[in-house]
Amino acid sequence: MSDQTTQKGTVLKGRNTLQAHKKKEAVAAWLFSAPALTLLLVFLIVPFILAFYFSLTNQRLIPNPNLPTRIIGLTNYIRLLSDSTFHRAILNNFYFAGVVVPVQTSFALGLAMLVNKKLKFKNLFRTIYFSPVVTAMVVVAIVWGFLFNPTDRGFINRLLQSITFGNVQPLEWLHDPKLALPAIMILSIWQGVGFQMIIYLAGLQDIPNELYESARVDGANSWQQFFNVTIPQLRNTTIFVAISTTILAFKLFTQVWVLTQGGPMESTMTTMVLLYRQGFRQLRVGYASAIAVIFFLIVLAVSLIQKLIMKEERAVS
Amino acid sequence: MANLKTANSLNSIERRKIFTYRFLRFIFLFKDYLLLILLACFFLFPMVFMFVSSIKNSETQIIGDMSSLLGFVPYGDLGIKNYIDVFDQMNFGRFMYNSVFITVCTVAGGLVINSMFAFALARLKFKGRQLLVGLIISLIIIPVESVVIPLLLMVNRFGWIDSYHVQIIPFVAEPFFIFLFYQFFIGLPKDLDEAAIVDGAGVFRIYSMIIVPLSRPVFASVAILQSIIRWGQFLWPLMVTRLETYRPLPVAIQQFFSQDPKMWGDIFSFASMMTIPLLVIFLLFQKWFVRSVASSGIKG
Repeated sequence: MSDQTTQKGTVLKGRNTLQAHKKKEAVAAWLFSAPALTLLLVFLIVPFILAFYFSLTNQRLIPNPNLPTRIIGLTNYIRLLSDSTFHRAILNNFYFAGVVVPVQTSFALGLAMLVNKKLKFKNLFRTIYFSPVVTAMVVVAIVWGFLFNPTDRGFINRLLQSITFGNVQPLEWLHDPKLALPAIMILSIWQGVGFQMIIYLAGLQDIPNELYESARVDGANSWQQFFNVTIPQLRNTTIFVAISTTILAFKLFTQVWVLTQGGPMESTMTTMVLLYRQGFRQLRVGYASAIAVIFFLIVLAVSLIQKLIMKEERAVS
Repeated sequence: MANLKTANSLNSIERRKIFTYRFLRFIFLFKDYLLLILLACFFLFPMVFMFVSSIKNSETQIIGDMSSLLGFVPYGDLGIKNYIDVFDQMNFGRFMYNSVFITVCTVAGGLVINSMFAFALARLKFKGRQLLVGLIISLIIIPVESVVIPLLLMVNRFGWIDSYHVQIIPFVAEPFFIFLFYQFFIGLPKDLDEAAIVDGAGVFRIYSMIIVPLSRPVFASVAILQSIIRWGQFLWPLMVTRLETYRPLPVAIQQFFSQDPKMWGDIFSFASMMTIPLLVIFLLFQKWFVRSVASSGIKG
């Protein structure tokens, strides 16, 4: 009898310490989470919700006593629909993404395959190709802006002339509405491609060598190996690279602001440049918030497409 | 004697064979190397141009040299006149200090609080854990750009415009980095914690004595990725710094660049001084950089 009670006692005691430990652990967990969680709440979640709310108001950055803030429904969105600058901005972002995503992604894959070969000094070349990534975009924009000098003395113009034996007239680059955005595309690709090269390199090194060996046994040449082994095996990497580049394309701001500020003739206007101008320069927080909400919805749609394609892949395999 | 001779000639034949083999191999590989070198030129020329121009004392020479390969050749009147100009004309030291201070604080603070949160999510049992993991994963999608305008209004109300903390505090907690830590921590063996609990270690000791020392790679990755982002950050400081006192390098160089007439020698030396610190760190810790970038692509 007494034996049983002591047994019960120890079990109870054990349960108590276990419960005490659990409680302690839960308290500790919340203490560990609190700093990051608080900051995320105040500086990410709250402003995110506010963006939706402000987009329905005529909120200004500095309150105007003559113009009290009030809810104006979907007025900002309706005005955006008929704002030709906004149309231009969205179109430019899609144009930028449409060119940069395929070019940069395939360029990155090519670089990764090259530096993945058994070559001497490949680490040195890897380092060189990656070095623009650690250069601040403002610096990249300024240096390329100088190289894109619009006169016949500009470096890029001279280079084009000597390659084509003088058949290309000096181009105006950043001053030409048709060439300003392509010039920005070139420097953006130059800066960003090294990052994706590394991601592809990791993907390439994950491909089991047996796949290539069995392809070779089946008599596949290197092109067939590329299309039947490399490309399918890199499917998820490619989706990731393409999607993250697309999202970056919609965030396009720094290089444009440094070089053209949206001009000439709105040819480099982007969603972010418009958002900055409306929200910061013109103090129209409501209108800028509506732009931010649409920008977010585009990013969300792109991310969901990624999730969808990747899930399908998993279901298949 | 005769024996030695034959040995020698054999040796030379052998050597010649090796040489021809190496030469053929070189030719065979040459196209790859040619491509590697051409690409290296493409990725190097803007920065080489910047460094070389920055040490040319004569502004007319810089402009004159830009139309030919002379732009890449350090010749003529070389010196550090442009660098001295930058320090004379503006408070460059201040801008550099601001950028370093903001980057270091954001990165250090981020390493601590993001890893602590991730530790709780990955290693501790408590109610709401799953919900918080889901929350963090969905917060990754929200780009900072979509919240800057309301955030600007908020910090304006707080009276935070023109300060260091306005450039640090909002960017310390970062869902993507929490996720990177979380992924790493969850992969560490569970029995480590259990052994420590048996030894009577508290939760904080488990975090600081077991988890952190085992997780150096992920700490390095997050530190590197965060440093690259913070060092080049432009949009936010452009909105929240009006005075020179708290202005970081990217905004300072953009404002210097947008003044006419443009002094290219000075601009290039400013740009060089802004690029060199991160470039040096990158060259010293290359392997870690490559690893950290590769790790940012794992998800999905």
